[in-house]
Amino acid sequence: MTGEIASTTALPTPEREPKNYLNAAWTVRSWLLTVDHKRIGLLYLAGITFFFLLGGAAAALFRLELMTPQSDLMESETYNKLFTLHGIIMIFFFLVPGIPGVLGNFLIPIMIGARDMAFPKLNLMSWYLFMIGGCFTLYVTVAGGVDTGWTFYTPYSSTYSNTYVMATAVGIFITGFSSILTGLNFIVTVHKMRCPGMTWFRLPLFVWANYATALIMVLGTPVLAITILLVALERGLKIGIFDPRLGGDPVLFQHLFWFYSHPAVYIMVLPAMGVISELVAAFSRNRVFGYKLVAFASLAIAVLGFLVWGHHMFVSGQSLYAGMVFSVLSMLIAIPSAIKVFNWTLTLWRGEVTFNTPLLYAIGFLGLFTIGGLTGLFLATLGIDVHVHDTYFVVAHFHYVMVGGTVMAYLGGIHYWWPKMTGRMYPEGWARFSAVLVFVGFNLTFFPQFILGYLGMPRRYHVYDEGFQILNVMSTAGASILGIAYLFPITYLIWSLKYGPKASANPWNAVGLEWMTSSPPPTENFTETPVVDFEAYEYHRNPADRHG
Amino acid sequence: MSTTATLPTATAKRTPIVAHHFDDWTQQYDACVLGMWTFLVTEVMFFGGAIAVYMIYRWQYPMAFAYASQELSAPLGTFNTFILLTSSLTVALGVRYAHTGESRKVGWMLIATIALGAIFLGIKAYEYYTKFEHNLAPLLNLPFDYAGPDPGPTKIFFGLYFGMTGIHALHMIIGVVLMALYIPAAFRNEYRDGNSLGIEIIGLYWHFVDLVWIFLFPLLYLVDRSLAAPGI
Amino acid sequence: MNTEFQIFPDAASTAAGKVDALYLFMVVLSAVLSVFVAGLVTYLAIRYRRANNVNREHVDHGNTIEYIAMAVSFPILMAIFVWGAKVCFFLFRAPEQAMPITVVAKQWMWKFQHADGRREIDTLHIPTGQPVKLTMVSQDVIHSFFVPAFRTKQDVLPGRYTSVWFEATEPGEYRLYCAEYCGTNHSRMIGRVIVQSPDDFARWMSGDAASDEPPAETGRKLFEQYQCGTCHRPANEEGARGPTLENLFQSRVPLAGGQTVAADETYIRESILRPAQKQVAGYQQIMPTYEGQISEEGVMHLIAYIKTLGAPLAAKREEPNTPVPTTEPAAAEPAAEPAAPATADNAANESEGNTP
Repeated sequence: MTGEIASTTALPTPEREPKNYLNAAWTVRSWLLTVDHKRIGLLYLAGITFFFLLGGAAAALFRLELMTPQSDLMESETYNKLFTLHGIIMIFFFLVPGIPGVLGNFLIPIMIGARDMAFPKLNLMSWYLFMIGGCFTLYVTVAGGVDTGWTFYTPYSSTYSNTYVMATAVGIFITGFSSILTGLNFIVTVHKMRCPGMTWFRLPLFVWANYATALIMVLGTPVLAITILLVALERGLKIGIFDPRLGGDPVLFQHLFWFYSHPAVYIMVLPAMGVISELVAAFSRNRVFGYKLVAFASLAIAVLGFLVWGHHMFVSGQSLYAGMVFSVLSMLIAIPSAIKVFNWTLTLWRGEVTFNTPLLYAIGFLGLFTIGGLTGLFLATLGIDVHVHDTYFVVAHFHYVMVGGTVMAYLGGIHYWWPKMTGRMYPEGWARFSAVLVFVGFNLTFFPQFILGYLGMPRRYHVYDEGFQILNVMSTAGASILGIAYLFPITYLIWSLKYGPKASANPWNAVGLEWMTSSPPPTENFTETPVVDFEAYEYHRNPADRHG
Repeated sequence: MSTTATLPTATAKRTPIVAHHFDDWTQQYDACVLGMWTFLVTEVMFFGGAIAVYMIYRWQYPMAFAYASQELSAPLGTFNTFILLTSSLTVALGVRYAHTGESRKVGWMLIATIALGAIFLGIKAYEYYTKFEHNLAPLLNLPFDYAGPDPGPTKIFFGLYFGMTGIHALHMIIGVVLMALYIPAAFRNEYRDGNSLGIEIIGLYWHFVDLVWIFLFPLLYLVDRSLAAPGI
Repeated sequence: MNTEFQIFPDAASTAAGKVDALYLFMVVLSAVLSVFVAGLVTYLAIRYRRANNVNREHVDHGNTIEYIAMAVSFPILMAIFVWGAKVCFFLFRAPEQAMPITVVAKQWMWKFQHADGRREIDTLHIPTGQPVKLTMVSQDVIHSFFVPAFRTKQDVLPGRYTSVWFEATEPGEYRLYCAEYCGTNHSRMIGRVIVQSPDDFARWMSGDAASDEPPAETGRKLFEQYQCGTCHRPANEEGARGPTLENLFQSRVPLAGGQTVAADETYIRESILRPAQKQVAGYQQIMPTYEGQISEEGVMHLIAYIKTLGAPLAAKREEPNTPVPTTEPAAAEPAAEPAAPATADNAANESEGNTP
């Protein structure tokens, strides 16, 4: 913690290309020991892509199994391990570290005109902790899996499950620290590293969103850490904390778990909202409608997010009056989210819209997130939640938010900043095609699940009643399309690294500090410290620039 | 953040090395101190979770917790509190000497703090030992002989006792190791220029660990001693 | 029972209509809002596409639109909340005359016991037009009792009672699911709820297997086996070292600390398992713990027995010398007219218990 005293490593012989963070050094060592936030961002990109593929493969397997009501591909034990693996990997190793780790790390220092994060070594340590935690999960996968579900409800996880709960818990504990350190770094960086003239209300909304995310990471993750630790103590040392046989309260575990895990939903979706703000502004060449309110909405979501955990527990035996309080607060959190959706939509008004891939993803996000958010209201409504709790309705809802929201935004962001990160353009035609395919595949996968849920099909069911089969087959068909659609970007983005056209410093003709440095940026981001004398998204400063 | 009040830049005879990505020493100093405070906030939430669990069970099983608490040694706990508070004083003096540039005294203060920390941990270890002796450690399926009523919640109390004080002790061990790493620099006279950042950071951490104990001590040792006293 | 393709679930309880109405309202509202957002995005994106020659002059607007949106959405949200809460109160507040059934869940089966002692596994028979209240506890991990056709669900916890009630309206067979993930065979922890007309139900209840012992009777035997009556007897009797259990259920018990506590199932259960936690005023803490010594079903039987100790008190006041009758009428002659008396008797117990 004591001041990062990292001397800039001597650069090797320059090549003909202007020097940038990618060609500054070529050794493996220069990547694994890098303290450059941009390289760490790319390390995260490699890590989370790997975990995304792993989690996706698990989903593909159990979606295949769910084609038929009987058990035919695998045993129940295997099925349970697969959905647990899918949940743990996608949440703790893809969604939570995804956008902050890749795009946040890469962009925040550039967007605020800094040379690096406040604590570059800590930043690298975050990545290593993330990978070590990931290794534990890989070990669990190889050794025989874990079958508690990603929610680890006691006393099943602490006493009854005889799978690798301990190793999983250790992995998540370690990854939690990665999250905490990332959050800490973001907070200090945004507070202390802004360049001259970069006031709080000149920050891009992506930075605001990640700042709000960092607050949740710092305040929420430690509670997850202690909860997981208590479960591990109970399991490893046989200390009974949540053991009902001693008078312990398994529902207390749920309270602690959701105290983190509900805000964690906002850890996953707030950065996505930040990305959407950037995309919509850039491709409608317009200032984000109601900038300040969108910024405050992020903070409001972060704060309110801590007060609604009980809506996961309406039927757990908590008092009806507690349920009412959590229900009202959950209703309130819809307001800032709704404001954001309307503001993004209205950003198009009097803009100059071009339909590049990132905007397609952003429009997809608007549609899917709207449905995800509205079905969230169903779940916040006490009378309906009693029926749909723990059914496929919930599964569909959070996939609309997490996949329809976060993954769409992540893909849009990757395409938008790909030229900045790699110096290459992606193939636009293929990218538009994949974006549409993702949208179609996604809806076919998850929309039937809303109907399944209201019909009463419980989640985490390996075998199910015959009447549910048609909808399950539709869902599996959609998942196949979705799975293939995800492979396209991975393929053509890798292809573009070598064959894509070289990108200019500002291929989208967008505003923002990240477009004012070269593509890819030099190691310390700017040749000289920028001084900001303009507002965020100032597209109308020079009306002559605008067409129409 | 009272520590920022005595910013060392004005008195520094030699500018400390500023890391490449910071503009100047003030920025680096502020960033590090803010980073430490943020870290302590995460620690508050961490211990807060454990204390919340304790509160819930204490409310649910007041009698069991009151009786179980009698099994802990209040005199030893009180003595340890005294030790830890004194160690906070010595570390605060260390920070003070770092400000005034008396580097060797910083070293001695760190040694004193480590020594006090070691005494605390020693007494803690002795307390743990006696719990194991008297079969009051409900871990690893060890025998649990407890004469009072309701052994179930009592086990939860001792589980929380070992869990919370164990995590606290782990924090102390980390603190002791970190302080030990600063001692050579102190005796090499490296704090003579009022370059106190590192010492301030470790001081903040140590004060926090101290503060956690201030909460743990009454919560665990001083539960309703009158209520469970014999004869009432 | 979910063997054919449907897009809307069967509705077979008094709650179903209420939940469905709210749900359909929300569906319509969501559809309208989604179409509005999608339409607006499409319209704006096409109208303001780069190639189109339109007015793009920048207008500096305030936040009026957002404030209007907030002002409009807030009352709508609160209305949804109030409606949802009303439905939820209906779902969770059992009527007083509900027919009691106890449920013990374990990996991976449901065990039911009717008030007259009839036991069932993974199948539950209930009549139409009669509210039914299940008191549930788990023997191992958390389960969840879920009957989609009744639109209700309640987690079943280890170490704590939860309850759920419903009143079936349509005879038929309905699926019962465990909705909380509970381990390997979670998806096979399913059962059937068989709803019958009151006549059919009465016939079923008097069928061959009707010889199961009533829970209160099993509880009485346990009570004697553990010699609870040695201490728990009326205060004026000799050797009464524990508080009397007569008329205990549903009364308010004064505690040593000065508070009082309502003597519901949960309280009685805790007092058996962890007696020191809520010490009754005026008594020494001498009762040993029964934690881990009585099974969950045993505790439920004891509670069923203790509940029956309320009614005879009135009779006892008149004839103080008569010993407490320990069998309830329904238990004495289970084969004769089992269904109706059991319910009526229990209802009587409860209503009497409410006026201590």
